[in-house]
Amino acid sequence: MNWESWSAFWDMGGRGFFVWGSYGALLIAVIAELVSLRQARKSALQALQEDHDS
Amino acid sequence: MARTEQQSNEKYGGRWFWRYASPAAFFPLAGRIEALCWVLAIVLSAIGLYLGFFVAPTDAQQGEVYRVIFIHVPAAWMAMVIYLAMAFWSLLGLVLGTRLSFMMSHALAPTGAIMAVISLWTGALWGRPTWGTYWVWDARLTSTLILFFLYVGYMALAASFDDKKKGDRASALIALVGAINVPIIYFSVKWWNTLHQGSSVRPGSSSMATTMLTAMLIMTFAFWAYSIAAAMHRLRTGVIEREGKAAWLRDAMKGWLR
Repeated sequence: MNWESWSAFWDMGGRGFFVWGSYGALLIAVIAELVSLRQARKSALQALQEDHDS
Repeated sequence: MARTEQQSNEKYGGRWFWRYASPAAFFPLAGRIEALCWVLAIVLSAIGLYLGFFVAPTDAQQGEVYRVIFIHVPAAWMAMVIYLAMAFWSLLGLVLGTRLSFMMSHALAPTGAIMAVISLWTGALWGRPTWGTYWVWDARLTSTLILFFLYVGYMALAASFDDKKKGDRASALIALVGAINVPIIYFSVKWWNTLHQGSSVRPGSSSMATTMLTAMLIMTFAFWAYSIAAAMHRLRTGVIEREGKAAWLRDAMKGWLR
């Protein structure tokens, strides 16, 4: 086990800003991509539905 | 489904490649690949992050900040691999005129651009405590920044034509010409005297501790799975957008339409 406590884990040997700044950015990017994938699918299906109705 | 498969088998003489070059045949297959890859991405990143944070030891020289490489290296690799994949599908589209090839290339671009941004961002945050600077204009960093601009240029060009076919061809040219940048990125640390370190992982040898390397490779597979899943999802959306009038798609989408 590398960490004696959770606070040691978050501190990352004093480099928490750089480590969590990296992983946080990845998390934000992934969430943003998933949201945009869903929105694009939704509007494509809406267009298909409207086409289907008319 | 069974009937269309049989029909296309007859039409294309059963050659799988040509069969799946048709959006109608590939649409359901892409859905299955996507589902499998989401599962793989979640499971592999859970294992990789566990190994990376709880099993891999503190680095003797860099301390804890080295743990950024578990996402930095996979993102940098994916940014290059996805660009090459885009160039491959673009070439195939230009040579064979298959519309699915261009759609495949379009589906990859946004994920590739995100990977390039992540590799630049995590590299900067790693560089500050390690090199003492967020950014230097060395060959590796500069060529990666160019890779990001190539992705942006590709997407902008593909979207800028009213005639989708023209957009397909114009953007395919950027994908092809820009592919020359990928070997430049890869070999930059050899060809130029860069601040960026040389490759830690080369075919047949590695300068890293086993658990560190294992964590990084598992994260790499997780990034592969994620990228394939996202690209397949985007591809299917693209098919719905472009083939919306086709009868097969309406049949396939019956359950989705109200």
